[in-house]
Amino acid sequence: MGLPTFKKGIHPQDHKTLTNKKPVEVLPVPDEVFIPLQQHIGVSGEVLVEKGEEVRTGQVIGKSEKFVSSPVHASLTGKVKAIDQFLHPLGTKVTMINLEKTSDEDQWDKLSIPADWQKATVDELRNLIWQAGIVGLGGAAFPTHVKLAPPREKKIDTFILNGVECEPYLTADHRAMLEMADKILNGMSIIMKILGTENGFIGIENNKPDAIEVMQKLVTEKYPNFIVSPLQVKYPQGAEKMLIEAIVHRRVPAGGLPMDVGTVVNNVGTALAVNNAIMDGRALIERIVTVTGEGVNDPKNLMVRIGTPFRVLIDACGGMKEKANEVYMGGPMMGFAQTNLDVPVIKATSGIICRETAKKAATKIYPCIQCGSCVTACPMNLLPTRLSSFAESGKLEEAETFGILNCIECGSCSYVCPSQIPLVQLIRVGKLQISEAKRKKVA
Amino acid sequence: MEEKTNKEMEDGNDPEKSPAADQQKGEASEPAAPVKKEPPSEEPAAKPKPAPVAKDPRDKLYKADKAYIISSSPHFHSGSSVPKIMWSVVGALAPATFMAIYYFGMPAVVMITACIAAALVTEIIMNRMKGESLTINDGSAAITGLLLALTLPPSLPVSAGVLGSIFAIAIGKQVFGGLGYNIFNPALLGRAFLQASFPVAMTTWTFPNTAKYAAVDAVTAATPLGQFKFEKIVTDYADLFFGNISGSLGETSALAVLIGGIFLLVMKYADWRIPLSYMGTVFILGGLFWYFSPDKYPDPLFHMLSGGLMLGALFMATDMVTSPITNSGAWIFGVGAGIVLVIIRLFGGVPEGVMYSILFMNAFTPMINRYTRPRYFGEVRA
Repeated sequence: MGLPTFKKGIHPQDHKTLTNKKPVEVLPVPDEVFIPLQQHIGVSGEVLVEKGEEVRTGQVIGKSEKFVSSPVHASLTGKVKAIDQFLHPLGTKVTMINLEKTSDEDQWDKLSIPADWQKATVDELRNLIWQAGIVGLGGAAFPTHVKLAPPREKKIDTFILNGVECEPYLTADHRAMLEMADKILNGMSIIMKILGTENGFIGIENNKPDAIEVMQKLVTEKYPNFIVSPLQVKYPQGAEKMLIEAIVHRRVPAGGLPMDVGTVVNNVGTALAVNNAIMDGRALIERIVTVTGEGVNDPKNLMVRIGTPFRVLIDACGGMKEKANEVYMGGPMMGFAQTNLDVPVIKATSGIICRETAKKAATKIYPCIQCGSCVTACPMNLLPTRLSSFAESGKLEEAETFGILNCIECGSCSYVCPSQIPLVQLIRVGKLQISEAKRKKVA
Repeated sequence: MEEKTNKEMEDGNDPEKSPAADQQKGEASEPAAPVKKEPPSEEPAAKPKPAPVAKDPRDKLYKADKAYIISSSPHFHSGSSVPKIMWSVVGALAPATFMAIYYFGMPAVVMITACIAAALVTEIIMNRMKGESLTINDGSAAITGLLLALTLPPSLPVSAGVLGSIFAIAIGKQVFGGLGYNIFNPALLGRAFLQASFPVAMTTWTFPNTAKYAAVDAVTAATPLGQFKFEKIVTDYADLFFGNISGSLGETSALAVLIGGIFLLVMKYADWRIPLSYMGTVFILGGLFWYFSPDKYPDPLFHMLSGGLMLGALFMATDMVTSPITNSGAWIFGVGAGIVLVIIRLFGGVPEGVMYSILFMNAFTPMINRYTRPRYFGEVRA
């Protein structure tokens, strides 16, 4: 237990054995895909294609000239079937480009890449990452080129590769580290060149000893300046602030960003995408998705095209069991519940989890017994029980003094609450009300 | 957290057959575009029309094959629950209860049963009066009844115990709003009520039914603390530890209380900071007095083992509802209770002060919570 970690946090059952021994299978290109114009935090792009137009794999079909944005690409070779509002995994209908496959062979539209990336300029590399539509694949989907362009006054001296994957069930990053370690570490080298940093850490939780071994071996052979950092298993260690504290013992100031402590964190999937863009000129059109849970017949790790409907993935895993009654995108701690399986895989889809649960409406909510479990669990050292009651009673000013805006919504408080109070859910509502009130004030 | 399910289309299309589903999607999305373009042509009639949403042909695409449970994350729960915690506390009191029955026999059984029953009945009546569903299953009323019984002298009339139990639940807990809202520990409040109402009966003690006291003729006895305070007699530590002394039903055997308490601490149903700081303060402060005048004051070990300190520190001061939620608050709470206890024991008019010391600090809990907000991650305080 001498391994580093952050303070507090929780230990949920990880359920990773369902898929952690299963190699990534490539899912055949689906007959049609639905590609949302906006899959990232930032400005939404504009549609660049028309209905009926032929598209090639990797062709840009939507983009914006604004810096905090990310283009989207055709993930198959075919033609535009429709451009319309379709259901998004986050529950709303958004503009999507519906593509229909016309050829099983991919006709690639590749990025023009430098012959030797080591000789390319930083701006060139960053621009390629932007063009490739790379966003944080850990789940937040923040445009990577923006993260890799810190203001000049922020000196970045440390890069951390996030291979923690602390959410239960998910094994996509784990399998990527086992099977594509070389590409990931090459992607990491590229990122570190862009940032101009010397210190590179690879954070992996101790429940993935095989991944630690593979990475360590490769680091010793080819990347002697990297450090593999095994970590204690704890949720939410994959959160940037927690990971930075665990590995380099720096505390990101409240309201600040990792760059404020000279650190940048990227997910292993992101590093892989960076490698594929710079080395092969391939835009981000596919990702690894873990399809798992007790509700699916044959859980798998799949390499799928962005835009593939969930249904296709679940069918490829032997379909859902009769009794499965809950499906969400992402891990069970922060994932989004789905009403429908026709929604597409987006860049931030790390997993699709099908489970069987008891009806949640039947859960009895007891009053808060002041047990302090949530206080012990909160990685941000907040008082969730106070925050949620402030939020519930509309005491927004007090909630703000108690630091409600620092909540990272990891859900640890709700997870441990013996009274089953929806703590993080109430806190979310409070945060939303505060930011709305602020927006009104500005307007 | 209940949520809506999405059951829009009832068509008999098998969702598993993807070609069929795809065809359906094709039909559904093709006409979608023209429909979208209609509104401009009928510009003047552009009134808010909610109806078209339901008729949106694209909804055919989203025929729900099943009603899924929709809730906000997290979708996982640790499985801990209020009843689990409360009934575990009841279980943790089993050794002390067993020792009470072993030493005091039938009267102990009657007193304990009567107090629990009175607590449960009062809870039910209060639930009914407040028009809420029954809350006896959560186990908190049973704890109150049992804890109260364990703090009473064995010779107390059962009717008094029942009265204390009723007071504890009705006034100590339910008038504040029930579980989670009370300011004072209900069992201790019930005991304080009895102490005020029946001062003589509440301080009349009997010897346990053991060989040691078989020859003793006396009907009443003094507790070890009382003996020391008024007669300067020190009781044998082994007797204190195993409970072969006169005293309240459950507080006689330090060992039995300790076993249950350790269980609570291991299960994390009690915050270890509170018993440690409470007993630690009594040990150090009591020890200081003893060090400077050993003939006048008892030694710290005697403080630890006598009276209801173990029971109070492990089972009452740690009551979640009435103790602070912050870590630093827990330390303040324990130290404060320890200081109050030593002052009462050494300088007060009564030999024992566990009850008052905890009740005293209970009153400060909301304030302690308020002023001990921990510094959140990355917070810079001016």
